[in-house]
Parts: sequence; C-alpha cells; structure tokens
Amino acid sequence: MLVVETIAFSIAISFITMSCILACFSVNPLTVYATMFFRALGTSYGLSFLGLEFIPLLLCSTGLLVAFRAKVWNIGAEGQLLMGAIAATWLALYVMPEAPGFMLIPCMFITGFLAGSAWAFLPALLRAKLNVNEVITTLMMNYIAMELFNYLVQGPWRRSAYLFPETEELPEQAQLPVIPGTSVHYPTLAIAIGAVFLVAVMMWKTKIGYEVKLVGDNPEAARQAGVSTQKIVMFTMLLSGGLAGLAGVGEVAGNPAHHKLYYSPEIISAGRGYTAIIVAWLSRLNPLGLFISAFFISLMLAGGSILKTASFGIAPTPESARALANAAHELVGIFNGVMLLCLVAGELLTRYKITLRWGGRGEL
Amino acid sequence: MSFEILMEILKAGTLLLFGTVGEIYAERSGVMNLGVEGMLAAGAAAAYAMTVASESPWLGIIAACLTGIALSLIHAFTSISLYANQVVSGLALCMLGIGVSRLIGSPLVGKPLPVQALPTEPFVISAIVIAVVAWAVLNNTKIGLAIRAVGDDPATADAAGINVILVRYACVCFGGLMTGLAGAYLSLSYMPFWAEKLTAGGRGWIVIALVIFAAWSPIRAIFGAYLFGCAEALTFSLQRLGMNPYLLKMLPYGATIFVMFVGASEVMRKKIGAPAALGKPYIREERVI
Repeated sequence: MLVVETIAFSIAISFITMSCILACFSVNPLTVYATMFFRALGTSYGLSFLGLEFIPLLLCSTGLLVAFRAKVWNIGAEGQLLMGAIAATWLALYVMPEAPGFMLIPCMFITGFLAGSAWAFLPALLRAKLNVNEVITTLMMNYIAMELFNYLVQGPWRRSAYLFPETEELPEQAQLPVIPGTSVHYPTLAIAIGAVFLVAVMMWKTKIGYEVKLVGDNPEAARQAGVSTQKIVMFTMLLSGGLAGLAGVGEVAGNPAHHKLYYSPEIISAGRGYTAIIVAWLSRLNPLGLFISAFFISLMLAGGSILKTASFGIAPTPESARALANAAHELVGIFNGVMLLCLVAGELLTRYKITLRWGGRGEL
Repeated sequence: MSFEILMEILKAGTLLLFGTVGEIYAERSGVMNLGVEGMLAAGAAAAYAMTVASESPWLGIIAACLTGIALSLIHAFTSISLYANQVVSGLALCMLGIGVSRLIGSPLVGKPLPVQALPTEPFVISAIVIAVVAWAVLNNTKIGLAIRAVGDDPATADAAGINVILVRYACVCFGGLMTGLAGAYLSLSYMPFWAEKLTAGGRGWIVIALVIFAAWSPIRAIFGAYLFGCAEALTFSLQRLGMNPYLLKMLPYGATIFVMFVGASEVMRKKIGAPAALGKPYIREERVI
C-alpha cells in the first residue's frame, strides 16, 4: 500500500507548496481550490476546459507510458503533437480540401499519426543504432517543430491581408463534432480512450508488451533472451510519437477555439507534451491508472484557467487579483513540478518497508 | 564587421560555457542533472527581480547563484540520498524552475533595469578562466581525483575513504552555482530586459548536449561552447542578410542533434570520457567491490 501513500503524500506536498504561494497573494487557498474544483466540475465551461485538457493529455501520456516502461525517455511529445497538427492542417487545406468529412477526418488522423511518428524517427534511430541520448535529441526536435510552425504560419501558409499571422480556417467538413454545449470533441476522446485500452491489452497480454517491459526492467536479460533492444526502442518511440501526433490533430481539428494554426505554437500545444510526462509518471506507468492521473492533472489545469478569470471574485484588492490571474498557470506548473519531484523521490519508499514502532527499544 | 561577429560568438558562447563547466562537474561525479534549463530560467529571473528590487546588480548575481544552488540541492537530495531516477528528477526540476521563473518574472514584464546593464567582457573572460581552472582542478588536484573516482567507481572510492555522498552533493551544487551565474549573465548582461515568457530558450538543453560533445572535459567545453556561440551568432548575421529568421532559428537545435551524433560515434569508438557510474545512484548497502 505504500504506493498509494507515496502518491497521496506527493499530492499533499504539492498542495501545501501551492497554498504557501497563494498565501503570498493574500488570498485564502481553500477558497481558491473550492472555486477551481467546483467550477471545473460544475459548469459547462469548466467541463469544456477539463475535456480540452484531458483529451490530448490522455493521448500523449498513453504513448509516453509505453516508452517510459521500456526506459526510453521520449521527451518530444510536444513537438510530435505539433507535427500532427501541422500535418492535419496541410492535408485539410492543401491536399484534399474538397473531400467529404468521412474520408477527410480519418485521413487527417492517419497523417497526424504518421507525422508524429516521423518526428520521433530520427531520435529513435540515433538511440537504437548509436545509443545517442534521446532526451536531448527529442527535445531539440521540439524546438525545431516550433520554429517550423512559426515559419509556416508567418510564411507560406499565412492568410493574406490579415493582422495576426494565421492560416486559413479548416474546411467545415474537417472540423470535428463536439458534445453539444461543451467544447469536447468526442471523436478524439473516443480515440484516446480506445488507445488506452489497446495499450493496456498490449502491455499485459501480448508478446511485444512483455518485451517492452523486459527491456525496461533488465536489458541484459532481454539480450540473453534474444529480444532486440533496437526494435523495442524504435517501436516505443514511433508509437508514442504517433499518439502525440493524434493529439495534435485533435487540437487543430477538434478544439473549437482553433480550427486553424495561428500566432504561436504554444497556443496549440500548450506544454501538454511535457505535462503528459507527469501524467504518465503519476499513473505509475499503469495504463488504466492513466484515466485517474489524466483526470486529476486536467482538473488542476482547468482550475488554473478558471482561476485566471475568477481571481477578481477571490482576491481582496484589484492589484492582487491581477497578479493572481497572471500567475494562475505558473502556479499549476509549479504544482506539477513539485508533484513529479515528490513522486520520483518517493520511489525509495515503495522499495523498502518502513515500520514505525512506538515506545519500542531500538533493535534490529 | 568581423570583430562584431567575433564578439557575438563570444557573448553567446559564454552563457553556454558557464553552464557546461558546472554540468561537467556534476556528471563527472556521477550525477546527471537534466534540470539545467529550469535552473537557468530561475536564475535569470531571480537576478533580474533582485536587481530591480535592490538596484544592485551584485545582489542580483548573488541571488541567481543562490537560486541555482537551492534548485540543484533538490535534485541532489532526490537523486543522491533517495536514489531517485535522475532523468525524471531532472525533468521535474526543469519544470519547477521554469514555473518559478515565470512566477517571479510575471510582475517584471516591461520593467527596465534600474541600473545600466553589466558589461559582457568581464563575464566572457571569467568564463574562460573558470573553465581553465576547473580543468586544472579536475585533472591535477586531490579534489579532482576524488571527483573522478566517485564518478567512475563510487564503491572503490568509498573504500578508499572518500565521502561519496559529500563529493556528489558538492559537485551538483557547483553545477547549480554555475548555472545560476549563467542565468544572471543572461538577464543582466547578455539580454538585459525582461519580456513575457523569457526562458532560456533551450540553451539549458544545449548545455547538456555540449557536455557530451566536450567528452566531459572543461577545456574542450570552451571549444564546444564557442562553436555553438557561432551557430547562434550566425543566426543573427544571416538574418540581417535577409534569410528567413524562423528557419535560421532551427540552426542551433539542428546543430545540437548533429553534435550528439558525432559525439556518440566518437565516444563509442574511443570508449573514453563518460564517467562509468553516470546516472547510477550509489547505494552503499548494495555495493560490490
């Protein structure tokens, strides 16, 4: 049971840290949390925020889970997501803009998956063949994807005679339907949930899943058993890249606030490729645990977005309200960082058994 | 004209050199700290905030160094004392550092420095001096021997009476100190203003790649840092010639991947450089000598 206690402890520490910072803004932390959670779960716009965070986080973290299980550190979900979004936009605007929706939408998802995989291919190859540290190469690919995004939006794809740099809007039949009254694009949600179950079956019931776990737990034993580490590295990287690419398709074609690429890559990706690392780790790399961890992190992120607008009702003075609104997302970022640190620090506690003895004599 | 470009290269490379020398020490002692990007961002924000508040850039530099040390201590504690996974711990530190940087930084947006920006030349010179001294200490002193021993074979070092934990803590803190200093250089001298979302822009990650490229030697780090300074300076000057700025900005990142590729094959060929115990926690009760 120490696993559960470690997670609870990590979350508690993160809340304490966040409360201390909130106190610096002279607001009552409990009021803030109540506002964040009640509005995220109890209002339609809150549920929209929640769903819009949940879908890409679930997709990205599902892929990362497989990679991390093999101790392949793909940190490039952010860039792979962007490439998925770019590929889907390219297909919908320039390749087959006239195609009917039932053809176009599946093609967008397939292209997005392939683009995400392609973006993971070079780091995967370098790691598999030359043992090049994939943390750095995948990260560099993120920055390259961001600059590519900027280049396309400011350059060849820019909608002319328009003040802000943005592409044309996707054709109507390329826009994903949403659950009425919210912004939740349910096709992507269904794909994400399906992906989690597929990955769960793969990890628990199939040979390749066993090989992934073997390479992660004991590469030497894997080698002895004739499991190709190179194959597993390629497989996990391409799979996680592809799933992140799907998330990117959902962001551009599904999120009603987008339906096009514009202004800055951070609007599309919003750091979710990095946040998904925390989601995967919080689930302790258990596929079904992803539902809980993605929901919890989405709740925090949605709460951050709500806090941005709701701070004027909470803070005592307009100045502190403005400061709180500006800091809302950073607060959640710090919360996440602290939680990941505590989780990774708490691994030790899950390895040893700690017994507390009251009033006993020290004996071994 | 060419002198200007040379100065640009030196200025850009100095930032990387500070961080690289620090990270080399951490990694030579066996601890990989991937949180450089976060420490750099937090250090830059702390330096700027302190300078705005106190009107003294010296206090700003001190604040940046202390921030770097404080953040690196977190990583040291989790990875050395709690045997945590160093990759994930470093990533978490990175996220935390960027969060802290934005939290401190958000009230600073648009506020100019109350004092004149620090001249770059002293930073450029001190970075080279520090790199040379760091190299000499690492290779010619008892302290350096202890660091290398701890990074290559902590169990033997422990048996020889070296305090493995202390050496590792000290090296990781030195890494934090240098990264904090790099942050202070970034926000007080190299780019002396504070815009929204000013982060290290991936430079922290380039530092980690440079450590590998330099094959864990502070002297080679000088060469590597200026090579990357070149890539960055080239971006500025080619932009002036009318090339697309966004494509040019990919240059340092692409160069990093290339350098990793070259570094990897070379390291594989010569089998030198990488500390043998890099990334592995030292668990005394599990040691085998």
